[in-house]
Amino acid sequence: MQRYILIRVAQSVLTLLILTVIVFSLARIAGDPLDVLLPLEATVEDAERLRAEWGLDRPLYVQYFTFLGNALTGDFGESLRVRGRTAMSLVLERLPNTAALAGVAVVVATVIAVPIGVLSAVKKDTPFDYVGKAIALFGQSLPAFWLGLMLMWVFAAQLGWFPVSGKEQGVLSYILPAIAIGWFQVAALMRLVRSSMLDVLDSEYVKLARIKGVVEWKVIWKHCLRNAAIAPFTYFALIIGSLMVGSVSIEFVFAWPGVGRLAVDAANTKDFPVVQAVVITFCMVYIVANLLVDIAYAYVDPRIRFD
Amino acid sequence: MAAENRVATPSALEEASDQPAAQQSRLVRFLTEARRYPLFPIVLLLIVLVIPAIFSDIIAPHSATTGSLSARLQPPFWMEGGDTNHLLGTDRVGRDILSRIMHGARVSVTIAAIAIFIAGLLGTSLGIIAGYWGGWVDALVMRLVDISLSIPIILLALVIVAATQPSILNVIIVLVLLMWSRYARLVRGETLAVRVQDFISRAQVSGASHRRIMFRHVFPNVFNSVIVLATLNVGFVIVLEATLSFLAVGIPPPQPAWGLMVADGRVLIASAQGWWVSLFPGLAIMLVVLCMNLLGDWLRDRLDPKQRQV
Repeated sequence: MQRYILIRVAQSVLTLLILTVIVFSLARIAGDPLDVLLPLEATVEDAERLRAEWGLDRPLYVQYFTFLGNALTGDFGESLRVRGRTAMSLVLERLPNTAALAGVAVVVATVIAVPIGVLSAVKKDTPFDYVGKAIALFGQSLPAFWLGLMLMWVFAAQLGWFPVSGKEQGVLSYILPAIAIGWFQVAALMRLVRSSMLDVLDSEYVKLARIKGVVEWKVIWKHCLRNAAIAPFTYFALIIGSLMVGSVSIEFVFAWPGVGRLAVDAANTKDFPVVQAVVITFCMVYIVANLLVDIAYAYVDPRIRFD
Repeated sequence: MAAENRVATPSALEEASDQPAAQQSRLVRFLTEARRYPLFPIVLLLIVLVIPAIFSDIIAPHSATTGSLSARLQPPFWMEGGDTNHLLGTDRVGRDILSRIMHGARVSVTIAAIAIFIAGLLGTSLGIIAGYWGGWVDALVMRLVDISLSIPIILLALVIVAATQPSILNVIIVLVLLMWSRYARLVRGETLAVRVQDFISRAQVSGASHRRIMFRHVFPNVFNSVIVLATLNVGFVIVLEATLSFLAVGIPPPQPAWGLMVADGRVLIASAQGWWVSLFPGLAIMLVVLCMNLLGDWLRDRLDPKQRQV
């Protein structure tokens, strides 16, 4: 177990390092940072002085390690667009909004997906199952950003039940974006719950429970679902990745003041320090979450450790 | 699979020529046979994607990139103020939505095809090499696969665009970086299974070079899986490309990409004054992805039942 954890931690660190190399090299491809940072009226002397000050005259690998060191302490420099703010402070300020929206989206997805998944497994090959399959199919085919726009059109612009954008109206503001982000997860989660429920329903201990005379709803929701929940559980590691993708486009649609929207705006205005800060933060969250789930899973299921 | 179909036809034709009853049964037989194929997705794909992608220059009623400002924001023809000249209405600069969707089909198809081809080629080659050689080559490739799978792709796209400019090339690079690893992982697994079979050792004994074994003996045996994965990937790639374009980090305007078109209508939706600008291109994306998924599922059951999840 310790060996497994050690290897997984080393892998995660390696992934993160390679990511910083990619981000750093892209930053250099972007051209001389001074071209962007210096005001138009700056002289050659000004440029040289700044170049020395920021260490841009040193070899690339030295610059990379400086970048890495700064990144480790969360220092990505100042934002190029928002004067007097560090890139990291902008990210940290908006992180709670993104986390809250993603959390609501996961809850919405779970609340919708688990019952449908269970029902379509229990009532296999009946209309319930077909409805479930249709939902899964549409869930995978609908682009999240378009679904978000359509929800906005019908329920916000036409019916006026929810605000069109922003998060000023409390709980109401969360509903539409959370559904738009969660919809894709519903499809995936539902399929997982269905297939692992089908496995469990077929097992000996479920037959035993039925023979014992346990009430049917108890058999399904207690005996089966508890055991069937292990497979969807790993899925929550993957969910974080697609939640981030979802939050980037949906925050953009609903003008949600979160990290995803910050990243899109920063990319479009060439605010490179902010883009770097968002990407490294997001990837770190993603990689650490994956690591934790892998370790937890290896703990639950010993077969994985010895693979 | 088409060949199976045709085997029965010549003899059936001869019998049917002088007997009307046999002809009817032939029709019935054709229909029952046809029901085993996913006709609905195929027909819909032809209408929404393939025909527009190939013939958009001929059949599109208007230009994709220039519009007339006098015809700004016309609604679809069935609504008040709309006319049949612009069947699905026009956008904010008076460009015909239907024509742009048709031209956009070509953009989607081209990008999906190029990205999947490159990713498939790269992933399949690396997968075969890794599975066939094993050892440190395998370890290296699999490590790269893991890394590629753990980098959130949309963020990579944002970084690339922040560093350069939105361009079709960048979109393809991002998609290839995302997808090659899926092919590599799948093919490596298949190769491991093929490698231990007798015909591979016999080929080795009879003196075939490693390259020949990989190309002539391993590759044909993993090809079906690759085709199935590629088909299932088309929808995913189209949505991803549309998402990138929607966020202005994908295909640069004024190209008629579906994601860009949805983005054009975003402001209009929020202010409730032109839903059709976003609705129709989004519908096109949805239909195409839906059909590709149905087609992919069918193909998987047909060619490679192993990949099926319950």
